[in-house]
Amino acid sequence: MNRPRTQSGAQTICFVVNGQAREFSGNPAKRLADVLRDDLGLTGTKIGCNAGDCGACTVLIDGRQVCSCLTAVAQADGREVTTVEGLAAGGRLSGLQRAFQKHGAAQCGICTPGMLVAAADLLARNRRPSAAEVKDALGGVLCRCTGYQKIIEAVLDAATAQLPPPPAAGAAIGARAPKVDGVAKLTGEERYGADGIPAGALWLRVARSPYHHASFELGDLAAYAAARPGMERVLSARDVPSNGFGIYPHIKDQPVLADGVVRFRGEAVLALVGTRAAIEAVDEAELPIRYTPLPPVMGIAAAAAPGAPLVQADKAGNLLLDGWVRKGDAAAAFAHCAAVAEATFETGFVEHAYIEPEAGWAERLGDRLEVHVTTQTPYMDRDEMALVMKLAREQIRIVPTACGGGFGGKLDLSVQPLIGVAAWLLGKPVACIYTRPESMASSTKRHPSQIRIKSGCDASGRLVAIETVADFDTGAYASWGPTVATRVPIHASGPYCVPHVTARGRAFFTHCHPSGAFRGFGVPQGAIAHEAMMDELADKLGMDRLAFRRLNALKAGDATATGQVLAHSAGLPQCLDALKPHWDKALAACTAYNKTSAYKRRGAGIGCMWYGIGNTALSNPSTMRIGLSAKGELTLYNGAVDIGQGSNTIMTQIAADALGLPMGEFRIVMGDTDLTADAGKTSASRQTFVSGKAVELAARDLRRKLLQLLEAAPDALLSLEGSLIKATDAQGEHQYDLAWLAPRQGVDVLRGEGSFDPPTSPQDADGQGVPYATYAFAAQLALVEVDCELGTVKVLEIVAAHDVGKAINPIQVEGQIHGGTMQGLGLALMEEYLPGRTENLHDYLIPTIGDIPEMKCILIEDAEPLGPSGAKGVGEPGLIPTAPAILGAINHATGVRMRQVPVLPHRLRAALKLMETR
Amino acid sequence: MPSYLRPTSLPEAVAALAQGSLTVLAGGTDYYPSRVGKPLTDDILDISAIAGLRGIRDDGAHWRIGATTSWSELIAAELPPLFDGLKLAAREIGGVQIQNAGTIAGNLCNASPAADGVPALLALDARVEIADIAGSASLALDEFILGNRRTVLRPDQLLSAILIPKPAHPARSHFAKLGARKYLVVSIVMAAATLELESGRVCAARVALGAASEMAQRLPLLEAALIGRRCAAQLGEHAKAEHLAALTPIDDVRASREYRLDAGLVLVRRVLNELGARA
Ligand SMILES: Cc1cc2nc3c(=O)[nH]c(=O)nc-3n(C[C@H](O)[C@H](O)[C@H](O)COP(=O)(O)OP(=O)(O)OC[C@H]3O[C@@H](n4cnc5c(N)ncnc54)[C@H](O)[C@@H]3O)c2cc1C
Ligand code: FES
Ligand code: FES
Repeated sequence: MNRPRTQSGAQTICFVVNGQAREFSGNPAKRLADVLRDDLGLTGTKIGCNAGDCGACTVLIDGRQVCSCLTAVAQADGREVTTVEGLAAGGRLSGLQRAFQKHGAAQCGICTPGMLVAAADLLARNRRPSAAEVKDALGGVLCRCTGYQKIIEAVLDAATAQLPPPPAAGAAIGARAPKVDGVAKLTGEERYGADGIPAGALWLRVARSPYHHASFELGDLAAYAAARPGMERVLSARDVPSNGFGIYPHIKDQPVLADGVVRFRGEAVLALVGTRAAIEAVDEAELPIRYTPLPPVMGIAAAAAPGAPLVQADKAGNLLLDGWVRKGDAAAAFAHCAAVAEATFETGFVEHAYIEPEAGWAERLGDRLEVHVTTQTPYMDRDEMALVMKLAREQIRIVPTACGGGFGGKLDLSVQPLIGVAAWLLGKPVACIYTRPESMASSTKRHPSQIRIKSGCDASGRLVAIETVADFDTGAYASWGPTVATRVPIHASGPYCVPHVTARGRAFFTHCHPSGAFRGFGVPQGAIAHEAMMDELADKLGMDRLAFRRLNALKAGDATATGQVLAHSAGLPQCLDALKPHWDKALAACTAYNKTSAYKRRGAGIGCMWYGIGNTALSNPSTMRIGLSAKGELTLYNGAVDIGQGSNTIMTQIAADALGLPMGEFRIVMGDTDLTADAGKTSASRQTFVSGKAVELAARDLRRKLLQLLEAAPDALLSLEGSLIKATDAQGEHQYDLAWLAPRQGVDVLRGEGSFDPPTSPQDADGQGVPYATYAFAAQLALVEVDCELGTVKVLEIVAAHDVGKAINPIQVEGQIHGGTMQGLGLALMEEYLPGRTENLHDYLIPTIGDIPEMKCILIEDAEPLGPSGAKGVGEPGLIPTAPAILGAINHATGVRMRQVPVLPHRLRAALKLMETR
Repeated sequence: MPSYLRPTSLPEAVAALAQGSLTVLAGGTDYYPSRVGKPLTDDILDISAIAGLRGIRDDGAHWRIGATTSWSELIAAELPPLFDGLKLAAREIGGVQIQNAGTIAGNLCNASPAADGVPALLALDARVEIADIAGSASLALDEFILGNRRTVLRPDQLLSAILIPKPAHPARSHFAKLGARKYLVVSIVMAAATLELESGRVCAARVALGAASEMAQRLPLLEAALIGRRCAAQLGEHAKAEHLAALTPIDDVRASREYRLDAGLVLVRRVLNELGARA
């Protein structure tokens, strides 16, 4: 080939992609990732950061893994590129892909293409790698969902993995069934927020505040747009019909586009809409915005200080909410305690760091608006969009794309109102994909906290009183702040039986991005405080730390801090009993190790948690439908969004057994607000418990209708053969041809429907009541090694015992625990978001595959009678006990009690030095 | 559309540089991350197709590492124990994707205070070869890097190779990096050392510490203190806090100034202990 290599401007690049010769003409510096996705339509390759930090874009060039976001397409000239789409030869999954499916190695699936490609590189060189070699090969790909363990297991099993046969009818619940929607995540076919954007769409770019706090004036927007070819329109606050949104019906305090004042760095000011080339060419320095910076209120202390400037003019004292739980008389009870401990704990902002940035597109169809978006909550999105747009709910259709991770961060609106307003005004589809820095600057975070806690017990070790004030930094707008400030006091005394509790939760406004929902809604921060108390009280009495917790653990029949008597399913004692042998072993191992070790010390710690499933003392319903068409197609109309945690599979398992047909018969429609019923949001660990119950009821309803039609007995065995539905009972076989029936709803001739709203009662002024219908419980053990000279901590082992009521799908339960645990490890050891300083995934660190400990899960099934087959939730609980267990282990290893997370090496080293000098 | 040149020879490349302002692109692993969300408007000189700039060879008096040699190529190369430290540094760069694409010269030209290649190469007494239309010349690495993201390189120049002099005595090197996680992590601090030995004693020592100043620094006082010492697993005990006195670390999101000095000393001691134990 003798193509000139030194010419200017557009050039033609020829390369082989997945075995096919392809060409690209254009800017040779264009990122290969963009060429693959935009020019060749291979959207299986994902973009999570465009900076080499996440590895989602990993492809092979001549058999070696590289980040396609860092590769000029010119450098692929004449070479062979393999993407995820090229892994399944002839449409048949490779052994590696089968192993991923078998082991549940893909949750949301957004990292999966990168993981698979990196692993394919390794396996091509080394068919039987060791776990350490797998880690080295996959170290450049981040996964925020799985905790990596199942990914490693899958790669190790790639040479031999075979998929298990699907569970038989009636045997779905409890089966380690592979994900019903798993294959698309392994082949690159799955469509996320950025993957299905129509070719003719306009693009939207947001101009954001570079200041924490500033007033601003806008210049001539029309002139700005007119001077730039391809720029169609610049939208400002004035263009938004009702410029306020927010989670709570009575708090719509966050503007879609700021109006004269910005309250956090990263707040949206203008939306620039035009061709993709036009918005990509925007020079931020030329934007028609003149800011006047104002002094910001940063941090809880500044916000709560008397006379502090107000972040929102009508919120006195910068206070969003002051929530209380009072039971007994804690203050008086301390006088009678044999041991009392007291301390203050601090946590910072934590970023969700889902690997998929916010993305979607909207389109106006007549007098309706369709929004395709990555979201955890289509129905709340629909209602919020109707408010913002001043349209009727029925005029809005939300079609959730696959969601590449949420963890609470995709419960708030992001691109939706921007693309919605633009598409409505311009009459053309409008798309928007956040850049990673933009996602990090503008999205919600875990609430920073400052928690003062005092606790006391009697001489036998029984807890007597706990008093705590938890203050939270809720950022500039309310978001989920009220949820945190009410949920935390309820959980603040931990999963223990405590007669006297005073717990207060306050949320303060500051000039930071809103703090929102993040796996655990403040409970993980609270657990750090109450678990440190348990360690300290046990130590004061000379009791074993596990035995102390076991003595005080809530069990069925006990009353919680809100006076709720737990009737069933309070499995913390069983969790602790299951940990006991591991605990004893770990303690002995630490003692032996520390005897001979010079500067490294090992320690073991324990963390317990409880977590109320679903909304706090609020109605929290879900409705599910199952339809059967005249052709015998069975459809689950599932309004619950699967964000990777696996609800599509769980719902199918529950539906299959309740109906009596195999899982394979079901097709799923997920989350589309035109086609499903409102199942509520995917948060608060509620979908298995609440929507799972609704699906069980829906399936039973359909079964009842079918049995009636077939005149079969209640215990009849059903089967579907084309349009024939058959039942076999003691009388023999009955059958009915569904083709005889006229469609009633859509194509369906029959439908079952089920709704469930978990029973709760409102809390009184002292917070007393039944805020949740059921609680999850867990205890985790952490074994750590501290390098005392460097202050570094390596977590060697986690044993996690979780009471899940019933594990509908043990693989997925383990996956949730692994993933949650690794987020807890991140919270404990490395994650700290500093506005303006850590807006990327190399300054903001999340755990990599090299940071994972050995993780062992122990599933306790203390059935919850209200839940489907006894199940409750597990989405958040995996994270909550981890940081407390690690902090306890550090204390056990070294004697220092870290009261601020993350325990960065320099912080631990400083604390160790301080202790040495004392 | 900006221009994009991808020459296949060094003379073509330096001729192009002499003609106008071009941005040099090698592996792109520093270039693209600095342009997230920004248009790609630079006129580019892509040096990745110049075969002569790639690979490692023995040039008699020194080893010659071509500018565009990737970290992975370095790891895979068969090299004497002198290079153990540099190879360890290479394994600690990003993840495998970054090692496959990123080049050694790119790491030096980017001149980040946290560049892992710099202390490892300082400990090898590396020189860099600079090419322009007039020819080429070499200078010491610590003269090449001026500070945080600053080098002596002029816009019409390329870094064409890294030269590692062959030590007079049997030598080995070691490297250690401290980060807040495993893989893909910017160093909090990192240390590298090369020892030349004669009958069990140190006859030459080169020790460097990175991320503890605007650029990685050699520790001449420590190097002097090591001369004549017997090689043993406690060699590191000769390293003292005062040997780091000339360093000027910063406070940032990763660590405090004080910690960098503290941990730097620990790493230096461990690197020396390891070399001492192996000798
Ligand atoms: C996710 C990630 C992780 C990373 N981890 C590490 C790490 O752990 N440690 C570390 O040290 N670095 C790390 N890096 C930085 C980077 O990978 C290295 O610095 C790499 O060696 C740069 O080489 P390159 O060829 O990719 O440089 P390029 O991006 O191609 O170029 C870098 C700069 O040097 C100039 N340049 C390159 N070659 C020449 C030349 N021969 N002559 C003149 N100028 C030249 C370019 O103009 C540019 O300004 C990481 C980067 C990423 C994205
Ligand atoms: S998108 Fe390439 S590494 Fe994140
Ligand atoms: S499955 Fe890895 S990021 Fe979601």
